[in-house]
Amino acid sequence: MKATYLNSKHKDLGGFMVDFSGWEMPLHYGSQLNEHNEVRTNVGIFDVSHMAVFDLDGEKQEDFLRFLLPNDIKKINGQNKAMYSPMLNYEGGILDDLIVYYLGNKSFRIVSNCATREKNLSWLSKIAEPFDVGIDFKSDYSILALQGPNSHKFIKSHIEKDISKFSVHNTDDVMIASTGYTGELGYEIICDQEKGIKFWNEFVSNDVQPIGLAARDTLRLEAGLNLYGTDMDQTNTPYDSNIGWTIDFNDKDRDFIGKKALEEKKDSKKILKGFYTEERGVLRGGAEVIFKGGSGVVTSGTWSPTFKKNIGFCRVDKNCGEIGSAVLRDKKITLKFCNTNFLESLKQDV
Amino acid sequence: MSDNEKNLKFLDSHEWARDDDGVVTVGISNHAQELLGDIVYVELPQIGSNVSQKDGVAIVESVKAASDVYSPLTGEIVEINEKLSDNPEIINSSPYEDGWFFKVKPQNINELDEMLDSDAYKKLSEE
Repeated sequence: MKATYLNSKHKDLGGFMVDFSGWEMPLHYGSQLNEHNEVRTNVGIFDVSHMAVFDLDGEKQEDFLRFLLPNDIKKINGQNKAMYSPMLNYEGGILDDLIVYYLGNKSFRIVSNCATREKNLSWLSKIAEPFDVGIDFKSDYSILALQGPNSHKFIKSHIEKDISKFSVHNTDDVMIASTGYTGELGYEIICDQEKGIKFWNEFVSNDVQPIGLAARDTLRLEAGLNLYGTDMDQTNTPYDSNIGWTIDFNDKDRDFIGKKALEEKKDSKKILKGFYTEERGVLRGGAEVIFKGGSGVVTSGTWSPTFKKNIGFCRVDKNCGEIGSAVLRDKKITLKFCNTNFLESLKQDV
Repeated sequence: MSDNEKNLKFLDSHEWARDDDGVVTVGISNHAQELLGDIVYVELPQIGSNVSQKDGVAIVESVKAASDVYSPLTGEIVEINEKLSDNPEIINSSPYEDGWFFKVKPQNINELDEMLDSDAYKKLSEE
């Protein structure tokens, strides 16, 4: 099994290690609920070095990215910013989702998922070739995510001035960006392992709670953030995956991979909706959802530590109405459909 | 292994059983609660219901997954741990004491002998 450079640290901290897409990673360090709550109310540190970092090289990086991705990198051009985008095939199916960071000096970095590392490397290399853009796979880089309302306290000594959401602070060897996967204020730190371990030790010795993959999943679900491979894959388009907002048709002269296909698929009948139930028992991925006039499927479901009820995403028809049902352990339960960002849609109930 | 763990019998599906003067208390093992992680729901059997050996009679659900809890013996459910409904996290903190699930009055107490002893269970759960 593969391991990140912090593997022994996780074990020393009591990490309950599991196989995650071929990587030995901490599921939790004792209690995923405590870890979840710590990120919502204070701060936590994640090792996500199993994710993939690709640094671009060459004159035509911008042209390449404008063709590669449906979201338009022009939006952030010249600014020290980050941009979220799915990466599509020519049929408009989602190959992965990723964040592009502008590092300065006309250079960009892509960070994408763990399970798609090798596939992405060959796809990126293939598409980049005619642009004469090099893809440098930083396979041994450290990626840490410091997340939570108090994360700023622990990062401020490392950045010259405060950075706003989706901004990038880059020096020669350390990139700190205000991005994350939790719905909280937070920072992602990308550097080599030697510096990575210094950050990790600094945070942990200052009582920042390490957070495992289990809490990472409940945090991202509450925040309405898709998990690639679970909530969307190649059989889905951004339109039926709640990320249609990433498709940028503004520049009519710009061609991008999947553009033609997406123009035909704009009127997708299916959407990704949030749901919650007041009943006991967790409706999990794969469960069938019934609504007036049709049926759909749960893509992710969990018990929400913040809202103390069952929440999830389901792929249903656009006109699914407000209420649906499902069968859980031979009992019919009622689902209420809502916006996938539960931090917003359930806020008033807290 | 703690002393109380040593005196228990186990199923390979991670239930433990303890004979208290002819009534058998059943719960899930420490290893099982570790695998499940934070437990958020429990569904317990009805008092007075008759259960058969290896029937799924209760459900334990963590943030991560739901799992059946099997009765190690045939008999009648005589008591359930009602505290678990509101405080299922007791199972995580005290799987062998406060986190018990139900008590069975067995038809045949010898069914206990079919279960694994703590050493055999420990070996199995370490595989």
